[in-house]
Amino acid sequence: MSELLQVRDLHVKFVTPDRTVNAVNGVSFDVKRGETLGILGESGSGKSVTLRSILRLHPEHRTRWGGSIKLEGDEVLTMGKSALSDLRGQRVAMIFQEPATAFDPVFTIGHQIAETVRRHTGKGEADSWSRARELLEMVRIPSPAQRLKAYPHEMSGGMRQRAMIALALSCNPALLLADEPTTALDATVQIQVLLLIRELQREFNVGVIFVTHDIGVAVEVSDRIGVMYAGKIVELAPVEQMVDAPRHPYSRGLLASTVHDGMRGQRLEAIPGAPPDLAEVPTGCSFAPRCKFVQPNCIVRPPDLREMGGSHLVRCVLADVQEAGVAA
Amino acid sequence: MLLYALRRLLYLVPVAFGVSLLVFALVHLAPGDPISAIVPPDAPHEVDDKLKEYYGFDKPLPVQYFRWLAVTLTGDLGTSIGTGRPVAAEVASAFGNTIILAIAATLFAFSLAVFLGTSAAYAKSRIVDRLVTMISLMGVSVPHFWLAIVLVIVFSVEMGVLPPMGIGPENSTGWRLDWPHLKHMILPTIALSVIPLGVVTRTVRSTVKETLSMEFVTALQAKGMRDDQILRHVLKNAAPTCLAVMGLQAGNLIGGSILIETVFAWPGTGFLLNSAIFRRDLPILQGTTLVLAGFFMLLNLTVDIIQTMVDPRIKRG
Repeated sequence: MSELLQVRDLHVKFVTPDRTVNAVNGVSFDVKRGETLGILGESGSGKSVTLRSILRLHPEHRTRWGGSIKLEGDEVLTMGKSALSDLRGQRVAMIFQEPATAFDPVFTIGHQIAETVRRHTGKGEADSWSRARELLEMVRIPSPAQRLKAYPHEMSGGMRQRAMIALALSCNPALLLADEPTTALDATVQIQVLLLIRELQREFNVGVIFVTHDIGVAVEVSDRIGVMYAGKIVELAPVEQMVDAPRHPYSRGLLASTVHDGMRGQRLEAIPGAPPDLAEVPTGCSFAPRCKFVQPNCIVRPPDLREMGGSHLVRCVLADVQEAGVAA
Repeated sequence: MLLYALRRLLYLVPVAFGVSLLVFALVHLAPGDPISAIVPPDAPHEVDDKLKEYYGFDKPLPVQYFRWLAVTLTGDLGTSIGTGRPVAAEVASAFGNTIILAIAATLFAFSLAVFLGTSAAYAKSRIVDRLVTMISLMGVSVPHFWLAIVLVIVFSVEMGVLPPMGIGPENSTGWRLDWPHLKHMILPTIALSVIPLGVVTRTVRSTVKETLSMEFVTALQAKGMRDDQILRHVLKNAAPTCLAVMGLQAGNLIGGSILIETVFAWPGTGFLLNSAIFRRDLPILQGTTLVLAGFFMLLNLTVDIIQTMVDPRIKRG
């Protein structure tokens, strides 16, 4: 498998006259073709900002970028406007969290898929509509010919998200960005949509970055999981290692705070405190104020990302100590 | 769609009835007696009574109303007290002249407002945004009759490039589509369009700005749409609100052009109403008001129908 996407030391800063937000502070990861990287984190951890940076969707005049994002060797952060818009939707496509608001309400689903096809393939009006029909069939929307003429508000949430997936796959992208695509859906529909994404991903061999705050979902779909906290990846590991042996105290806390079988009557563990304010660049480890195992040098300087073997990366001074299991 | 339009048309019947009642009542509630305006003060009482009988003013009000309504429904709006000519003919020609001016002002105001409002909403620099806001604020606050007089002073009196009054050259009998007639339209059109320009510009600016902040615009960018293609999406989303406001403004142009038509001596309904008020010409007053109100209702209906055509979310049920 070749490297499809290389993100190196990505920094994203939002600057407004009133305040500055350091949303992403040095994120690095790779995605291969056919692989799914799950990015797990709570609200405000910078996971969606990271994802949207790959398409440079943030308002240009208020956003300061640092580092590098390379798609098949092409640098996205310095790319010209027209090259960027050629890339969007064609080589990299995105599934949004809320299909209800991500479709234009006053155009039909068919129109919105067909216009994307026309934009990137140079197909004619009729060909692009038949391609749109084909795509709706592919995501298993019943009676696709009629659905092409439906407006977004005339469809159910699950159906809209399927149409969104059809739209995203319309130009055979190499990389698919999924921004909490199942969060707005019912539990039963969630699973159907997850399975659909995984199936289509295997069929077309696309790389997927799947952003979510739902650990169950992340474990379900991902090959590797990266845990984000305060704009940094604190741990990145293959899914089995992440589930069986999380090293970072924050990952441990996250995994311990989920409900699973055999927990009846037990107290659910929670991580005390709240995430830090992102207005200032942290001097030490961002998690230190909430960490049970905090050390004196945690506050002095940010810990480096350490390789733990088996492509398991952890950003914690205690990474090797915790191997022994300092659960006490 | 057609069914929807027909049903909406049917709903207009009770509204029209109400309007006719109001038009009739308002005129009779107004102080002053139409007969005394045309009869010399020293005329004998018999003449007065005879005229009252001739015009039907001696009957009780409900009788007057239904007689008036029955005659009106046949298209006969009565005879002008001032000129003795049929009201229908007077109103028709005046209405045509007003419509021409209103269409010109609407087109001018709406296209300029869409351009200015969209520019302001898209503008990254605050200067452009402030400038547009200032223009629209001035449009709403400057008295348009005052602006009309200033325009006449500058362009007609001082520079002498545009005619100050009338619908066309001196021996012109009515409006025609040629340069001498168009020249007469320029100043009244500008004066008439300042208010709608101001109002609609603000609406366009805020609606487009609001639309631009919606998630689907980001989604359109994410699928690689070019800026002009995105603009098309944004404008179609902003259209229903802007059209509704423009529709109301267009209605005001028809009815509210009394001052402008008076300044420019433009022979429209406003001019007609103005002279009818001073002459206490009741039939003209009633006829004109009725025609304007009817037109206003049709205009609102048209705007509603266009809105449902543009925005599929508005239920047609």
